[in-house]
Amino acid sequence: MSRVFLIILCFFALSAQRDPILVPEVSQHEVQVRQGFTGTELILFGAILDPSGQRAGRKYDIVVILKGPSEPIRLREKERIGPIWMNAESTAFRSAPSFFAVASSSARIADIVDERTAAIYELGLDYIQLSPSGTIDPEEQARFTAGLVDLRERQGLYKESMEGVRISEQVLYQARISLPSNVQTGTYTAETFAITRGRVIASAIAEVEVKKVGFERFVELFSQQQEFWYGLLAVSLSIFMGWVAGRLFALI
Amino acid sequence: MDLYLPIANLSVNGIWIVALGMLTGILSGLFGVGGGFLTTPLLIFYGIPPTVAAASASTQVTGASVSGVFAHSKRKGVDYKLGGVTVVGGIFGAGIGAILFRFLQAAGQIDVVINILYVVMLGTIGSLMAKEAMESIRPAQGSTSRSAPKRRHHPLVTALPLRWRFYRSGLYISPFAPLILGILVGILTMLMGVGGGFILVPAMLYILGMSAGVVVGTSLFNILFVTMATTMMHALTTQAVDIVLAAFLLLGSVTGAQIGTQVAQKVKPEWLRLALAVIVLLVALRMLFGLGVQPDEIYTVSPL
Repeated sequence: MSRVFLIILCFFALSAQRDPILVPEVSQHEVQVRQGFTGTELILFGAILDPSGQRAGRKYDIVVILKGPSEPIRLREKERIGPIWMNAESTAFRSAPSFFAVASSSARIADIVDERTAAIYELGLDYIQLSPSGTIDPEEQARFTAGLVDLRERQGLYKESMEGVRISEQVLYQARISLPSNVQTGTYTAETFAITRGRVIASAIAEVEVKKVGFERFVELFSQQQEFWYGLLAVSLSIFMGWVAGRLFALI
Repeated sequence: MDLYLPIANLSVNGIWIVALGMLTGILSGLFGVGGGFLTTPLLIFYGIPPTVAAASASTQVTGASVSGVFAHSKRKGVDYKLGGVTVVGGIFGAGIGAILFRFLQAAGQIDVVINILYVVMLGTIGSLMAKEAMESIRPAQGSTSRSAPKRRHHPLVTALPLRWRFYRSGLYISPFAPLILGILVGILTMLMGVGGGFILVPAMLYILGMSAGVVVGTSLFNILFVTMATTMMHALTTQAVDIVLAAFLLLGSVTGAQIGTQVAQKVKPEWLRLALAVIVLLVALRMLFGLGVQPDEIYTVSPL
């Protein structure tokens, strides 16, 4: 009996806190990769409201994370062996996101949450969770993780933009994240976190589908499902083009 | 002009790709080599994944050699019998190359092996060609009377069992010699995405001792069929042939090849050979330099 009472009490105590509601939206729910695709810019925006529908009225920080499909990868490290540089050590990660962009309304993640919270919610490139497979000592793991983040940052696939979220009137927020042309296709998730006093008080997820369409999709499927005919097509195309050029120049 | 490559998964400038094809096409027209030895490294340098670069470059070489084969066969410059033997060897070699490719890829050493192969192959052939070209240019100014050492083919060739007659090449040798040569070139084609003309031509001349008139045609004949086989092999195993990339490379290279052929008729062949030797040596030096200095990217990602 007392337990039921406790639960009811908890319910009221929690709802009394009036946690705000996040209403997230993405400018595009589908990114079409087709001929001439050079990347695109997504706008992640939305509103923070308190349950009664008014503006939340308190100071919040907003962090948005756009994450691409994860894949198992092997990361190799080059080392100087004798006179040449070649791959030496390597490590495997079970789930490395192919794309990872963080934008925050504050200048530093450390100012708004503690380490532990940041690690739980992956708020920033320093806290990215790659789940290494096999046993690996923490120092080495940190080195490899830093290596991967650095590599993908320069490829434009991982990025962090502090003060990249604009909050207006404590209601609307907006962040721009650009997708380069070399992004992987698949389902991307856009997570939004509202943070106040070191606590994540509300979170919401929206999805973005990045997919090849039209000719590009056809070529990809063709090359994967009918490898033999695809190869034959490539060979015939090259022979045909070589032959036509020969004939055309013979006329000149 | 933005061009999205559906297999390489990135967007490139189409003009650059056509220009790159044109450059290698001109080389192939000028020197009778496929030009793959330039395409693959330049594509990788441009940011195309190495496997896609090698696979699509071999498709391009097919197109660049077609018109050459037609032209040479009209002049009876192709020894089909000997070419057939090297093609059979080449297809075997491509198969061996595919297995090696997979093994090295799993071990994470494919890139370094490809680079070392390039340095060794291009370095050796480039310096041999440079030496030979210098010698043929110098007597015109100097006064050394050359005593030509007359030797038909390498002693190793004569040691092989069985003998066949290859009329057009003017040879009576063991078919195993061109077969082994074909296998070696096939392996290199698969690994490096090159046609192998820069190895085949000197080997046919100096090791087999073929008559000079059929060397280039027969080499192109071999390249044509072996690159066709490697394209198929890549399509079936690595699935890395990017048909859009190949088409744009071809656009440049088939026209470049014709331009190169026109120019080649107006320039002295020994100067051409010297120019080719210099280009080959420069590529080799660049790659040697790349092996020795700290690379821009210490880390590389491969899917599991």
